[in-house]
Amino acid sequence: MGKVGKQAWKTIEWLLLIGVGLVFVFPFLWMFITAFKTMPEVYQFPPSWWPNSWQFENFRIAWSSGPFLTYVWNSLIVALGTLVLQFLIGVPAAYSFARYRFKGRNMLFGLSLIALMIPSQVIFLPVYVQMSHWGLVDTLWALILPFGASAFGIFLLRQAFMQVPDEVIEAARLDNASEWKIMWTIMVPLAKPVLVTFGLFSFIYHWNDYFWPLIMTNSDTVRTLPIGISMLKAAEGGKQWNVIMAGNMILVFPILIVFFFAQRHIINAFVYQSK
Amino acid sequence: MRKAVTAADGTVVRKQAGRSHLQVWLERMRPYLYIAPALTFFFLFFLFPIGYVIYLSFFDWSLLNLEEMDWVGIENFTELLAEADFHQVLGNSLLYTVSTVFLGILLSFFLALWLNRSARVYGIIQAAVFSPHIISLVSIAMLWMWLMDPQYGLLNALLEMVGLPGYTWLADPKSSLMSLVLVSIWKSVGYNTIVFIAGLQSIPRDIYEAAELDHSPWWRTLTRLTIPMLSPTLFFLLVINTVSSFQVFDTIYVMTQGGPVNSTNMLVFYIYEQGMDFYNGGAASAASVILLVLVGILTLLHFRVMGKRVHYQ
Repeated sequence: MGKVGKQAWKTIEWLLLIGVGLVFVFPFLWMFITAFKTMPEVYQFPPSWWPNSWQFENFRIAWSSGPFLTYVWNSLIVALGTLVLQFLIGVPAAYSFARYRFKGRNMLFGLSLIALMIPSQVIFLPVYVQMSHWGLVDTLWALILPFGASAFGIFLLRQAFMQVPDEVIEAARLDNASEWKIMWTIMVPLAKPVLVTFGLFSFIYHWNDYFWPLIMTNSDTVRTLPIGISMLKAAEGGKQWNVIMAGNMILVFPILIVFFFAQRHIINAFVYQSK
Repeated sequence: MRKAVTAADGTVVRKQAGRSHLQVWLERMRPYLYIAPALTFFFLFFLFPIGYVIYLSFFDWSLLNLEEMDWVGIENFTELLAEADFHQVLGNSLLYTVSTVFLGILLSFFLALWLNRSARVYGIIQAAVFSPHIISLVSIAMLWMWLMDPQYGLLNALLEMVGLPGYTWLADPKSSLMSLVLVSIWKSVGYNTIVFIAGLQSIPRDIYEAAELDHSPWWRTLTRLTIPMLSPTLFFLLVINTVSSFQVFDTIYVMTQGGPVNSTNMLVFYIYEQGMDFYNGGAASAASVILLVLVGILTLLHFRVMGKRVHYQ
């Protein structure tokens, strides 16, 4: 291939790269642009590529159309509460699977892996019936408890704990440290990278989750942000796209911003299961 | 040194230190005590519900009154399988799954081959392609609903700009299912691409160097080397994508509510509709069991093949 031909290929490749990038990024940009438009501008065809005047008002309308502070608060409680519970339950389980030999270990570990493969969409109905027997439907407990033990988290932590050299634990045992103390004060700090990875995964998953809160809640006091956002559509008759997009930005942009700064971490967190 | 991890070792040491029987027993039970909370949760929220939904599927019941349950045997299943609506739901689920999985994997395979380079720009494009994967499906659904608006949406504006007629997208039963497939692929292609890239990078370099020395043409390197070496990755993605296609719900609920004329009604939405809207617990739990069997078969297949590894080295 000649030099000119090579140059031409390079240019074409750059154009293709930009094209592919736009296919995935431009929809978010369009959310942003729409969120600042006036209603007449939203319903202008062909559309304008940039807002004529910036309507910050749309955010106020979206925010005050429901108890959004409560929604955000609930989302944080659910995402963080789930994470704390997964941590408290997952660390001892992972430590046990990684560092002890006991009868039935492989069978029990295999059993927990099943939980990794069964999506909550498959068993929501019986869990809902259980929850209503326990009187927990329409409480934040119903959003947290079912995810209290994370098979993925236990799996990750177990890997990390297995990599800690025996000598470290031996030394601590000679110092008469209890097993419980070794686990929390020696092993957990050593597994910090894995904890960050899992924390990002779990937080983003529960912050985003729409399905489970939709099933389990029906009053404003326990609804999470994704539910609140989806109700904008119903409340506004599916027509006020500027307000709807403004509402969605509240949900989407915090995650995009975190992603911007911690891309590698987040990609690794989500792709880990494949390895 | 012997493995320091065995409970037995610890037990022996502490017994010599003069501990009581209770303490010795607790020491021996330690591994079980540590996993007990996790197992309790798995039992309550995974294993028990699996059994419970099978049990429920043999009864006529409704969420309105859980006290009243009538045993009907396999009637829920026979009724469900005779129902034309449910046939359509199964057909939709199948078409949606095959399209999403096939097109999604094909597309991400080529993207991975192209973007698997170290220059900075490829990393940026990888991150851009991945970004929808970490965004809430509810926002993605609303965003695409707006993009696909037949009158004022961006997509039809773009089509018009290049002189093509506007498309019906979600408004027509002929195009609605494929519109959902498009959204799903847009969301998941980045994940698949990154997984493929990880797979590509795990192939030893020297095999490629050997192929180069043999003057193997690129297509032969691709079909005889790259694809066979990627088969574990490919298999993993097939299972993961199929299972997640069976789970589709959020986009349906937000964008179409199963319509127009049932054209986008699929398994999980059907279960939701029967159970939560129509209070037909029997049909909902029978459909759940069918979904459970489908996911179960895939999971077992996954574990079996993963145990054997897919390719030969």
